[in-house]
Amino acid sequence: MTELPLIWAGVIGTAVAMYVILDGFDLGIGILFPFARSEGERDRMIASIAPFWDGNETWLVLGGAGLLAAFPRAYAVIMPALYLPVIAMLLALVFRGITFEFRAVAHRKGRWDVVFAASSALAGFFQGVILGGLIQGIPVANGEFAGGAFHWATPFALVCGLGVTAGYALLGATFLVMKTEGELAEHARAQAKVALVLVLAFMVVVSLWTPLAIPRIFARWFSFPNILFLWPIPFITALTAFAGWKWLDRGDDGKPFAAAIGLFLLGYLGLVISTFPYLVPPTLTIWDAAAAPDSQMFMLVGTLILLPIILGYTGFVYWLFRGKTREGEGYH
Amino acid sequence: MELDPVLLARLQFAFTISFHIIFPSLTIGLSFYIATLEVLWGVTGAERFKLLSTFWIKIFAVSFGMGVVSGIVLSYQLGTNWSRFSVVAGTVKKKLAGYEVLMAFFLEATFLGILLFGEARVPRWLHVFSAIAVAIGTAISAFWILAANSWMHTPTGHEMRDGIAYPVDWFAIIFNPSFIYRLSHMLNAAFLTAGFVVLGVGARHLLANRRIEEARTMVRMAIGLLVVLAPLQLFLGDQHGLNTLKHQPIKVAAMEAHWDGSKPGDFHVFAWPDEKAELNRFAISIPRGSSLILTHHPNGLFPGLKSVPPQDRPPVVPVFFAFRIMLAIGFFMIAAALYGTWLMWRGSLWTTRWYLQVVAQTWWIGFVAVISGWIVTESGRQPWIVSQILRTADAVSPLPAANVATSLALFVLVYGVVFSLGIYYINRLVAKGPEPRDDHRRGSGRRPISAGHDGAAEGVRT
Repeated sequence: MTELPLIWAGVIGTAVAMYVILDGFDLGIGILFPFARSEGERDRMIASIAPFWDGNETWLVLGGAGLLAAFPRAYAVIMPALYLPVIAMLLALVFRGITFEFRAVAHRKGRWDVVFAASSALAGFFQGVILGGLIQGIPVANGEFAGGAFHWATPFALVCGLGVTAGYALLGATFLVMKTEGELAEHARAQAKVALVLVLAFMVVVSLWTPLAIPRIFARWFSFPNILFLWPIPFITALTAFAGWKWLDRGDDGKPFAAAIGLFLLGYLGLVISTFPYLVPPTLTIWDAAAAPDSQMFMLVGTLILLPIILGYTGFVYWLFRGKTREGEGYH
Repeated sequence: MELDPVLLARLQFAFTISFHIIFPSLTIGLSFYIATLEVLWGVTGAERFKLLSTFWIKIFAVSFGMGVVSGIVLSYQLGTNWSRFSVVAGTVKKKLAGYEVLMAFFLEATFLGILLFGEARVPRWLHVFSAIAVAIGTAISAFWILAANSWMHTPTGHEMRDGIAYPVDWFAIIFNPSFIYRLSHMLNAAFLTAGFVVLGVGARHLLANRRIEEARTMVRMAIGLLVVLAPLQLFLGDQHGLNTLKHQPIKVAAMEAHWDGSKPGDFHVFAWPDEKAELNRFAISIPRGSSLILTHHPNGLFPGLKSVPPQDRPPVVPVFFAFRIMLAIGFFMIAAALYGTWLMWRGSLWTTRWYLQVVAQTWWIGFVAVISGWIVTESGRQPWIVSQILRTADAVSPLPAANVATSLALFVLVYGVVFSLGIYYINRLVAKGPEPRDDHRRGSGRRPISAGHDGAAEGVRT
């Protein structure tokens, strides 16, 4: 049953992609919070994500639960190895989750604005650090993590943290362009351009750093004939970024958000190509880390039935709350 | 001082899960109450049902939010602090939790969005449907997580290969011997918990002479529910106890502080179990009471703690006392429900102020009973994390104690802040009570806590 772990990797990969894009835009709104020009703007920014954020965050739970269910050995290595960033991210998400509710009532909203911005930025940053910590490799001995508590803390992981933060800011800004109107939307349009430049810079840095530092990744991209198949990926990425910039310039509402999603998916694809078939590079492949086939099958049947249903009603909610966020909706 | 990573990891888990269980206990019951109110409103058109539904949705949303954030932490904590548990039992246990995510979490999160923000955008039937979907979601959630938990108590349907539990028969795994008992006991506990909260809030408003019509509806509905479910819980708990005696006799021995299995067991109303001397001090007992309850015969025998070596026994003191707290609350609940029904039948419920005072002050007892019950069953399973398969001490991650201690301190701090604020805001909402609908805002989304703010403002005025 060599296909099963592969299918599972696909399912979890989908959940992670869904999470990064969906919670990415609402975390991005938090990252942009300090740059809003008035409390009223911040209210509208929150109103634009209020009906969605809870469902968005659930994809993180699915990714975590899926990883543990399908690849228990990988989970048992990754979690201790990235203990501190994972805990930091979770605590940031806890604070952020309650801020949605508490900010609306506080007599001094300013304090909760700070908490919301800081926790959103930290959650995004540590997610990037976790990503970087995974790409750079985790030492494993006897099936267990064999490193120190700060093994993850490398310049590369920190760069990945900043890169993901910039990426979420881009998603958030383009989401605001799509969902809000007036000055707030125009302001977001300008922010999106800054974020777009930053994201491209980080993508270039990571794309050069990983092959230069890790020979396995260099061989994957630059050996013959791989390079023939793979060169379109950076090319399409550049094209997408260019289109995103153009659409922002031209005054399109929805297309810049689509471009931002496209950039995330392309970056994600690049990372998958770099690390496949490893789940915990450089030791555990998805086959090494997989659970017993039968237990994978049990989950898979349910997942393949339920995932389309979930996507269906998730889509329904986005459709229900489509268009510009209405004045006074979700807030008062 | 040398820190013990196992103890720290256990403390951390006990702390986070005790915090977490408070919120599902309330939200499971409340979601069904809200769905009932929405349906009643749809059928009768009586405005008070809608007002009550709107009121409880706000409280539900705050509580649900806190349950979600504390639950996310829990699911990852299993990986960070208990990675060897994941290796040995992850093949079985986390599939069940995975089904919980797939079947329940998305359903709840999505339809809660519609319930809270969608009234202006959806037809009435879809709003009612959303309330029902959220309630079903909470029950599905309980189903899967209790299946997973019950398997840890009474594992079946698996085989051990190289120290790892591999699933063989999923039906046997899900419907393991203790599952149905645990599920019904816990679901009923959640309904009782929410019932007492609703009763307490109703009584509070009656005493303050506010929102009389809605308050009476709450009290009537709550007592009507409790008079059936509180006695039912005694029966369900008894059945669960007998099931535990069959599969985990040493847990029952700890619950009863029963040391010597060669003699019939007394029921100790109070005692101080001395684990070193293997006897009870200061015992006030009903002779042969435990034997009567557990074996239905005064001379019946059941295994004592001394039948296993000390390292295979659970900690007796917490299990023993938590069990007594749960029992005491259970009997109080039955008494309160029966007496309330009698007052209602006599027609003097609204004038019996002392009764309303009592139930207004005891809204929290369900939470204490739930946490006590979980202490009984989880501490009672020790020293095993999965009965007879994996010891708790062998399940922790290879982490330095300092890491676990740091994260424990952070959790205590963060949860302390979150919990205090959450209770503060829920209390504001409760104090405000259900309010007439403002046609201006009718159907506009409500941020639950901002309603709490209005409540505080009103509290200042009155």
